[in-house]
Amino acid sequence: MGKITINNLNLYYGDFHALKDINLDIEANKITALIGPSGCGKSTLLKCLNRMNDLVENCKITGKILLDGEDIYNIDVSLLRKRVGMVFQKPNPFPMSVYDNIAFGPRTHGIRSKIKLDDIVEKSLRAAAIWDELKDRLKKSALELSGGQQQRLCIARALAVQPEVLLMDEPTSALDPISTSKIEDLVMELKKNYTIIIVTHNMQQAARISDKTAFMLNGEVIEYDDTEKLFFMPQDKRTEDYITGRFG
Amino acid sequence: MIKIDTRSIHRKLRTYKRSPLSLVLLLLVLSATAITVSTLLFIIAYILIKGIPNITADLFAWEYTSQNVSLTPAIINTLIIVVLALLIAVPLGIFAAVYLVEYAKRRNKLVEMIRLTTETLAGIPSIIYGLFGLLFFVTAMGWGFSILAGAFTLAIMILPVIMRTTEEALKAVPDSYREGSFALGANKLRTVFRIVLPSAMPGILSGIILSIGRIVGETAALLYTAGTVAEIPKNLLSSGRTLSVHMYVLSSEGLYVNQAYATAVVLLVTVMIINWLSNFLAKKITKG
Amino acid sequence: MRNYKEKAMQIVFLMAACTSILAVALICVFLFANGIPAMSEIGVLDFFLGKKWRPSNDIYGILPMILGSIYVTAGAIIIGVPIGILTAVYMAKFCPKYIYRFLKPAVDLLAGIPSVVYGFFGLVVIVPFVRDNFGGDGSSILTASILLGIMILPTVISVSESAIRAVPDSYYQGGLALGATHEQSVFFITLPAAISGIMAGVVLAIGRAIGETMAVIMVAGNQARMPAGLLKGIRTLTANIVIEMGYAADLHRGALIATGVVLFVFILIINLSFSLLTRRTNR
Repeated sequence: MGKITINNLNLYYGDFHALKDINLDIEANKITALIGPSGCGKSTLLKCLNRMNDLVENCKITGKILLDGEDIYNIDVSLLRKRVGMVFQKPNPFPMSVYDNIAFGPRTHGIRSKIKLDDIVEKSLRAAAIWDELKDRLKKSALELSGGQQQRLCIARALAVQPEVLLMDEPTSALDPISTSKIEDLVMELKKNYTIIIVTHNMQQAARISDKTAFMLNGEVIEYDDTEKLFFMPQDKRTEDYITGRFG
Repeated sequence: MIKIDTRSIHRKLRTYKRSPLSLVLLLLVLSATAITVSTLLFIIAYILIKGIPNITADLFAWEYTSQNVSLTPAIINTLIIVVLALLIAVPLGIFAAVYLVEYAKRRNKLVEMIRLTTETLAGIPSIIYGLFGLLFFVTAMGWGFSILAGAFTLAIMILPVIMRTTEEALKAVPDSYREGSFALGANKLRTVFRIVLPSAMPGILSGIILSIGRIVGETAALLYTAGTVAEIPKNLLSSGRTLSVHMYVLSSEGLYVNQAYATAVVLLVTVMIINWLSNFLAKKITKG
Repeated sequence: MRNYKEKAMQIVFLMAACTSILAVALICVFLFANGIPAMSEIGVLDFFLGKKWRPSNDIYGILPMILGSIYVTAGAIIIGVPIGILTAVYMAKFCPKYIYRFLKPAVDLLAGIPSVVYGFFGLVVIVPFVRDNFGGDGSSILTASILLGIMILPTVISVSESAIRAVPDSYYQGGLALGATHEQSVFFITLPAAISGIMAGVVLAIGRAIGETMAVIMVAGNQARMPAGLLKGIRTLTANIVIEMGYAADLHRGALIATGVVLFVFILIINLSFSLLTRRTNR
């Protein structure tokens, strides 16, 4: 059994049936990519995994999502989001110092000791490979960093609460190629310790970094397989059309 | 330096030759703006020129007498009323705005009611607030003419100002901040207090400063609530006049025109500083 | 425990939001409960249409004050609205950035000057000016209208400016493309498209002018009689309350509160039309 198991997941926004009968088994310590044309539901699916869709009005979800075999709706939402971290499409550092950005999560979960926080901040920044760039600027506002630095800061922020799973929603779509490749290297490094699910519209990126790939279309998972197999021997005509660039 | 582009002026002149109406419209617009600006400058210059020579040390004596007509008690009363009214209205206004922006579902009878009544409050003239304060705080609550009655009356008056500016400031906070906070496991309350409100602070402050301006300039709502006694209050239930009320009493008695000029200077300068501060903070939000 | 705190705070927020409802309810209850009985004791017709206000003889007709408020408000609108709209046009469509940076705070400052300061300025500048140039004793409908006209400028300007800015630029460019000059395009295409927003500004300004108290008291003369001419003094509804509330008792006091009720209802009607107008623009 995988780290996350999704069984017969359906999601409706009002009358709109956004996700249809999703069944996926996400393996631990692997990178799983969700690809598909925009509007196919890949980001929506990602947001189900840490219950971010709870905030959306008129959103109804049926089916089951299990984290280590436990229904995520039986886990306290705050603890769930501690275990399942998230990085967003656009870097969203809070308007406070680098240090306070990283410390926000641990503080939320009750860590007050300055020594512990200092330690967490350094470890998280190191894990996100940005410690050397930022160690002298911890008290500076996070909004002064470049886009690529901001995104790595957000990854560090997500790591600071020691999650098991990391959800990444097109984390490089707002970045330049150099920052993108830094983040890709970082993600490959992180899979040793974390289970990573990444949404991307960039097929090369999915092919480069992921172990497993799911292709989605109109709210359905069309094909889910090892990345290599899916890209070189797609079983479904629609997958083939998409990865060869016939639509999307 | 303003560069004068002669070519474009020539082109303009040709246009106006062809269409004299356009020239008339242009002149109308220019003269209206000139009237607006020169009226403002005239008021300010007139008050300052006539008033500044009348500012004497006597005016700031600790005790008020009919000889010195000292401003000091009025200034102290104004400060007390500002602080009290803010203590009441600021938490209420901010919390109300938090409810409307962060918690309320959009289409809801109660929310509609809150919006409608807030709009109504914003439009009620100050004399009606004064009348209500007299009937409710002074008479029904039995507080008499008092600083407390005045502060409560003004708190209701500035409530819609604080609510509206806070609402706008909260709406300007990007949703990505909220999402980021939720994704780290923070609950709504922590997100509101640690992320959303701090980010909205400059906007909220500019609203608070705007309300201070309203309180400092207010007269009609205070005449029959805080009353007109020209003394430093012994407690919150004593009556006391603010600077604006003082100014009204001086100018209506007709005996202290010079002192009235000086008081006008103090009021005007205070309001100018308040306006400048509020603008300065408002600019801060738009920057980022 | 955490959930309990969350719920508790949500209720605190909700209660804070309901303060407005409570305040409006209290204001209505206290004004009406104290004003309506007096109105019926005086007699509704005698109260509204009575041309005499003689508290010493228990005669309370507020028609002079109603007319007084209407006259000075109308005067203020005639003076302030054209100037305000034209200034707004300049700010939105004509003025370069470096002038705007100075104009905008100037208009804000105009809005921030306390009404006593306006009143005092009216007393020492406009009253003598009217007395010397037009005759009469200076405290008059004309004086109050000029002063109120200045005081409503910032309201008219800011509401009109945002209404003009809200008109899509494509309208204006469409005008230019048809060969209209900048001025023609602004006045005959952009301005008409902004009309309902501008009307909302005018309605708001009417509310400000009717509700203004201190400045009017200081320059309008305050005689409680039927309007007798542009250069004669007048008393407004607001002035009536402030001038006599200090010593009124019994029915006299009730009559003054009833004056407040009339003013309040006027304002409610004006506010209602304002929100109707702005809602229509938003759609």
